[in-house]
Amino acid sequence: MTVIEKETGTVTVKRGLAEMLKGGVIMDVVNPEQAKIAEEAGAVAVMALERVPSDIRAQGGVARMSDPEMITGIQQAVSIPVMAKARIGHIVEARVLEALNIDFIDESEVLTPADESCHILKTDFKVPFVCGARNLGEALRRIGEGAAMIRTKGEAGTGDVVEAVRHIRQVNEDIQRVISASQMELMTIAKELGAPYELILQVKELGQLPVVNFAAGGVATPADAALMMELGCDGVFVGSGIFKSDNPAKRAKAIVEAVAHFRDYKLIAEVSKGLGDAMRGQSVARLDEKEKMAGRGW
Amino acid sequence: MKIGILALQGAVREHRSVLQKLGAETKDILNPEDLQKIDGLILPGGESTACGKLLVRYNLIEPIAEAGRSGLPIFGTCTGLILLAKHINNSSQYRLGLMDVRVERNAFGRQIDSFETDMSIPVLGDKPFHTVFIRAPYIVQADSNVEILLEYDGKILLAEQNNLLAAAFHPELTKDTRLHEYFLRKVKSAKKYLERGRDF
Repeated sequence: MTVIEKETGTVTVKRGLAEMLKGGVIMDVVNPEQAKIAEEAGAVAVMALERVPSDIRAQGGVARMSDPEMITGIQQAVSIPVMAKARIGHIVEARVLEALNIDFIDESEVLTPADESCHILKTDFKVPFVCGARNLGEALRRIGEGAAMIRTKGEAGTGDVVEAVRHIRQVNEDIQRVISASQMELMTIAKELGAPYELILQVKELGQLPVVNFAAGGVATPADAALMMELGCDGVFVGSGIFKSDNPAKRAKAIVEAVAHFRDYKLIAEVSKGLGDAMRGQSVARLDEKEKMAGRGW
Repeated sequence: MKIGILALQGAVREHRSVLQKLGAETKDILNPEDLQKIDGLILPGGESTACGKLLVRYNLIEPIAEAGRSGLPIFGTCTGLILLAKHINNSSQYRLGLMDVRVERNAFGRQIDSFETDMSIPVLGDKPFHTVFIRAPYIVQADSNVEILLEYDGKILLAEQNNLLAAAFHPELTKDTRLHEYFLRKVKSAKKYLERGRDF
């Protein structure tokens, strides 16, 4: 038998896992029981964290990486991929998560940023990263640092989908601008967006982002999730929206179905029946600028 | 030639673009009625637990299994391999159960162990095939009616059983189209045979 050279942690392998999650729902869970409910409902992955965003919002304080014991417990409870969050710029939290064999790291604005000037250099890691973005420039900066997946930032923990919609619309609009621009204009666009020129060229060639782009931040109902798919997202993260609602198991399942069949409105109507109350939430328009998480990171 | 792609979740777009590049028509399969008038079916990579549950929820298990038993060519990659298998180690997840093989899920480990490499696959010619394994399964054991097309270190990574083809890796994530071409040849020869009397 000839011995093969296995290459691990490559760009293809990292982006590839994100490709496999497309059309799926990734759910925030805070313990193994919730992780099992999520898996049973058909989640493609779970995000292990200590407090869902709405609790972080309500309780305040510094939000950090989760307890490794809790993460390990969740890894043992389910067979789907397990993700976890590290603070923006916190290299060591990310290294710890990598040492725990986590499947994906979310360098997340939901946690309190550890570094106000730099995001993690994600190309240094074998584990793939997902990062939030409000526009194409931000998405391409994160991809330039090595992110294998992008998500809208939205406004986590509010149950208000308006910011996620704003962010995906902005990304789409920026991509359209790149597509319709002449080659000569691309450096100007790169400068304006603050995006790496080479990645602008890639977007021009592909007509889309070079990585998968999910919705996140404020998705609370099956219709919200389907709306984000309609706007061109590849899948959906649901944070507080599931386990802060009346009937998490039923709502989780309904959101999974609405994402898989996002244009089947009869089906969405059917699965939306009798779900009980969605998370109470709060309107983003009434939040103070300093209460918003989306402004964290650059 | 029209190829259905199970489109509940996963790497649907990648398979679609490879097939279209090769001149095949594609059709997304979301409901049982979508299975009409297709000449072949691809079960793409995705998350197998989630895919299995959605297959059950939309009553797709029996119609696809029946089409497979009647000779419809089916090509499963990664999750698709798991769905095709009769036996899955330590799992009671939903499956089509068409191939006489036993698979192990996440058999190489977690994402950190996902890898890519060149492998020699004799049926695809002399040039090595670049394979991408992502939290991949493999076939632990296959009955004698299953033809093994790629085996490494005791792990069966590509296998064929009559109209069924299954890969543990993701040919849809690379530019090499030879495995899809191999499947389309299967579809073509099945079509000739099936035109004498069957319609799915």
